[in-house]
Order: sequence, then structure tokens, then C-alpha cells
Amino acid sequence: MSQVNYTNQNGKLMSDQPKNTTPSSLSDVASKRAESKVAGTQPLGTGLEARGVHAWFDKHHALEDVSLDFSAGTVTALIGPSGCGKSTFIRTLNRMHEFIPHTSMAGQVLLDGKDIYESGIDVTKIRLQIGMVFQKPNPFPSMTIGENVLSGLKLAQLKVDNQEDLLEECLTRAGLWTEVKDRLGAHAGGLSGGQQQRLCIARALAVKPKVLLMDEPCSALDPGSTLRIEETISQLSKSMTIVIVTHNMQQAARVSDYTAFFLSDGGPGQMIEVGPTNEIFSRPRDERTENYVTGRFG
Amino acid sequence: MTTSTVQKMRPWAATPKDRFITGLSVFISAALSVLIVAATPMKGKLAYFGLFFLAWFIVDSIFVARRGGAKGVRDGLAAKVTLLGGIIVCMVVFSILWATISRGLKGLNLEFFTSNMRNASLFDPIGKGGILHAILGTLMLITIAVVISVPMGILTALYLTEIKGKAAPLIQFLVQAMSGVPSVVAGLFIYAAIILNTPLRSSAFLGGLALTILMVPTVTRTAQEVLNLVPRDLREAGLAMGATQWKTVALVVVPAARSGLITATILGVARIAGETAPLLFTVGVFDSYNFNPFKGDQGTIPTVVWRGLLGGTPESIQRAWSAILVLLIVVLIMFVAARTLGSRSSKN
Ligand SMILES: Nc1ncnc2c1ncn2[C@@H]1O[C@H](COP(=O)(O)OP(=O)(O)OP(=O)(O)O)[C@@H](O)[C@H]1O
Ligand SMILES: [Mg+2]
Repeated sequence: MSQVNYTNQNGKLMSDQPKNTTPSSLSDVASKRAESKVAGTQPLGTGLEARGVHAWFDKHHALEDVSLDFSAGTVTALIGPSGCGKSTFIRTLNRMHEFIPHTSMAGQVLLDGKDIYESGIDVTKIRLQIGMVFQKPNPFPSMTIGENVLSGLKLAQLKVDNQEDLLEECLTRAGLWTEVKDRLGAHAGGLSGGQQQRLCIARALAVKPKVLLMDEPCSALDPGSTLRIEETISQLSKSMTIVIVTHNMQQAARVSDYTAFFLSDGGPGQMIEVGPTNEIFSRPRDERTENYVTGRFG
Repeated sequence: MTTSTVQKMRPWAATPKDRFITGLSVFISAALSVLIVAATPMKGKLAYFGLFFLAWFIVDSIFVARRGGAKGVRDGLAAKVTLLGGIIVCMVVFSILWATISRGLKGLNLEFFTSNMRNASLFDPIGKGGILHAILGTLMLITIAVVISVPMGILTALYLTEIKGKAAPLIQFLVQAMSGVPSVVAGLFIYAAIILNTPLRSSAFLGGLALTILMVPTVTRTAQEVLNLVPRDLREAGLAMGATQWKTVALVVVPAARSGLITATILGVARIAGETAPLLFTVGVFDSYNFNPFKGDQGTIPTVVWRGLLGGTPESIQRAWSAILVLLIVVLIMFVAARTLGSRSSKN
């Protein structure tokens, strides 16, 4: 667990990209980002892959036949109107879906080519590799800031030589270190909502996941905190695969390499189309995607 | 810079006129109740109390109706009914406390806390003999019951809230049924199951077992309530980090519910501290120290009270009241200690 590759992926130098250019349209933002990306350079056979995923809540069919590739080192945004199954989908990716009683699923989710739903697999190891950040910040109330960040070590029973270094590293990567370095012993409940969310990101990073799933991580945050988290995502995407659900088109355009559009027409939610983010925002293939990204419905 | 200072106001607070009207209606109602008591054969504090509230309901409603209409009257009536309920509960609690303190204090002296009854009888003049043996005995019993029932109750609650296994509905039903068991039955059960069938004879340990039967359902049900209050988010956050369910419960759920679990323990102790009936078969009565929890009868505060009241002489009854007061003090000290310990370690 101690050695994790932080080597940059090919063509992933987004942090060198100027951040403060004022974009005129979503596709501009997205294509600005895409300039630094060369499609198809990611090594095959790694990353996360969903194949024909369905999900049910009791009898309610919430998600129908979603196949999506998340190649290693990319950021994929999931967009779509409320209730179309984005959260449901993201929760099937690290086997959190099964915690809701009376649910079922179908299909495969491959992590580095291996099905995470295979029988006999150690689920806790899967979740260790596929971390999650929730919509509502949920730091552990009984722990201090420092304990929260390192809680994953205890929870997943990992050994780390230098906890101090890990603590600083995770908080720095989550963009929170300077704000909390003098009060690591304070209770996490005393942080602002944005700080709590970044703390949750730091907590998720401490166990060094390969994939980070984020379900509307900025929906409760102010623009400043949102920007910080977006910078964090850009930084992180050098070393991990990120899937982010967002209702904010600007955000999807700013942070993601690929965008997938989900929609439910009253029935189960489906993935309508996926593609490089700038293409989804500039010339989507499906009319429904166009209507959604241009704000004509949804 | 502004030169004038802004006047702080509370436009929502009662104006002097409102307060005058409230005072007036209370005064009129008080006067009415006095008049009615004087004019009719009704007598006593209760009559004043009841009539005052009745009059106040009516008089104040008339005042309120002029401004707030029917809605205001209903609102005011609801407020008064809850106030009445609160006052009645407080009166009951305070009269119990007052009865205990006023009667118990007379019998308290240093001797009462520091010696036993080996060389004294309940009928001796106050000042001779004490109930230290009973205080120690009660503490021993409570400790035994807590040591057994708190882990048992919390584990049961965890099974019901976290694991939700196949047996959960059955266990839930049993816990509910157990909380209805009369305390004397708990004592009889231990008596019939253990004392009649094994060489074990009455001891603090068997008494603790009888009290456990009473305490476990209380602890379980309260612990269940507080565990259910822990947001699901937190459990999911733990699990999403690759923790097993056991680790999540131990490191996230239980710490988050800690102060509530302490409350569950306190309520459990409150349930058993004054129990007398189950002790009679299982612990017996004893007038001196017995430091062996597994052998021999044991003095306890509730049995001292029980014997004192049965004794019937002024001295023995006085001892009973003083022992009740001591029991209240002991329980109070335990509660305060549990609360402070609980909040102190949560800050560290
Ligand atoms: N715990 C649950 N029990 C039953 N049905 C559920 C549950 N959670 C979600 N659903 C249903 O599944 C469908 C998809 O919900 P989901 O939460 O995935 O939507 P979403 O795309 O994340 O929406 P939002 O953008 O509002 O978060 C909805 O129809 C919803 O009602
Ligand atoms: Mg959602």
C-alpha cells in the first residue's frame, strides 16, 4: 500500500495551463482544457470500466444498461437532470449500492480488468481502491481534523511509516493544509462547509485510492471553495482516475476530460451519450444532450 | 462614521401593555379562585389551584379573543395546557424531593454514613449505627448489573440497528416483552432457576443478575434510539474507505453516539437503583459488611428502607427516610460523574 505511483500520465499537464482565462462559452472552456490532452494515450486495461450496468431499488428499475470507460488518469463528468440515476450509477462503481436494503444490480464493473462484483472478492479492498466523496460533507464528528484525515488507516487497518508526512501530504493535496495546519487537534465540526468537504477529500486520499468518485462534491459550497476543489481535482487527476457528478455545466467543462450525459424519460435512467467534454458541449451527437447542455430543458 | 447610536429594539417582545394585561388576567383569576373557594364548600390548595387555572383559561381567552380572534384563543389555550402539564409534573417531582429531604435530613449524621448496623438495631435512637454496609452493597450490585448489562444491551442494540440480522424481529420482540417484566418476577426467576437448582445461595452476584434482567431492555432500547440517530452518511463514509462493518461501527458509529450511550447507561441504572423486590429472594438482608460478591447475604439501601418502614416505630421509619435520601444522593453522584467523565473524554 505504501508505494503508489504518482508519475504523470502522458499529456496530462493541466496544472501548467493558465487557469484565469475568462471563457466565453462552455465549449471554449472545454476545448481550452482539451488542448493539453491527447486522446487515446492512456494505457489500456487499466482504469475503471462499467459494462451493461443495471440497478434496481426493490422493483424500481433505476438504471438501464450503462457501459462507460474511465481510463486511468482521466476526469469524467456525469451530468443529467435530477433523478436520472447518476448517484445510483456512481454507487455501483464502488459497491456502495448494496448497502441500501432490497436493491439489486446487473452487469460488470471492471477495475484494472477484474470484475469487482466477482464472487469471493474482498469488498473492503475494492472500496479502498475506489474512494468516494459524498455530496454532503460528512467528517467524523467524534474525531479531530488530524484524526479524520488519518481515519482511513485505522478503518482499513493500514500501516504507514510516517503519519505526519501523510497527514500533511493529503491536506496539501486537498488544498486545506495552510488553513488547518495550526489546529489539527481541533474538532472537525468547527470547520466551514467548504473546509469540511476538502477535509473529506483529504480523508479519501489518505488511503491512496486509484479511483475517486465524487457525487456533487461542490453542491453545498461557495464559489471560492468550489474553485479550490476544482483545482484539487485537476491536481489529483495526474495520479488517479476521477468520476464526478455535477449539475454545474461550467464545472463539468472546467474539470473533466470526458462527459457522460444521463437521462431518464420516466423509465429507468440511461446513458445517452459520452464523449470528450469539448465535443459534448460544442457538437453533441444527440439532440437531447444538446437541449440539456444548452439549458433548453432539464 | 455614524454619529447617532442605534437603539436596540425587540419588536417581538411583550409591550408593557401586554404585560399589564397578562398580569391583570392572572390577578383577576386569582381573585376569582379565592372568591369561589370562600363562597362554596370547596376547600384546600388543590381547589385554589384548579379554580385558578380554570378562571385563567377563561379570563385570558377573553382578553386574547379581542386581539387574536379564535385562532389566538386556541393558541393561548394550547400554551396554557402545556404549562399546566409542566407545572403538575414539577409539583410531583418537587413534592417527592421535598418529602424525602425534609424527612430524611433529620436522621443524617456522620455515624449514618460511616458505620453499619451490626451493633445497633433499627429501633435504637437515631445516631446509633449507620448504613455504610448498605451503601457499599448497593454500589456493588449496581456495578455488577452495569458490567453485565451495558455491554449486553449495547451489543444487542448494535445487532438490531447495524447488523439487522434474521433474528432481529424476534429479538426486538423479546426486548420489548422483557421491559414489561415486573421486577419481582426477575427476582423469582433467579431464585427458581439458580438458588433452587444449584448450590449457589443468595449473594450480590445473583442480585446483580436479577437486576440485569430489568436493566438490559432499558439499555437496549435507549441505545437503539441513539444509534438510529447516527446519520447514515457517516456509516457510508466509513465503509467507502474500505473499512469492514465492524471497524465502522467501532470507530465511527459508537463514538458518534457516545453521549447517548452514556444516557442509556444512566437510564438503566435509574431503572434498577431503587429496586427492592428482586433483592429479597436473591441478596437477602444483612447488617454488616460483606465484601464477597459471590457469597453471603448483602445489605442494600432499598432493603434497609423496606425493613425500616415495616418496623413501624418512629426511629425505624426515620432511618428509612434517611436511607431513601442517601439513595437519591448516591444515584445523583453517579449520574453527575458519568456525565462529566463522558463529556471530558469526548473533548480530548
Ligand atoms: N434509496 C432509494 N430507494 C428507492 N429509490 C431510490 C433510492 N435512491 C434513489 N432512488 C431512485 O432512483 C432513481 C435515480 O436516483 P439517483 O439518486 O441516482 O438520481 P440522481 O441522478 O443522482 O439525481 P440528483 O441529481 O437529484 O442527485 C430515482 O428515480 C430515485 O427516485
Ligand atoms: Mg444524486
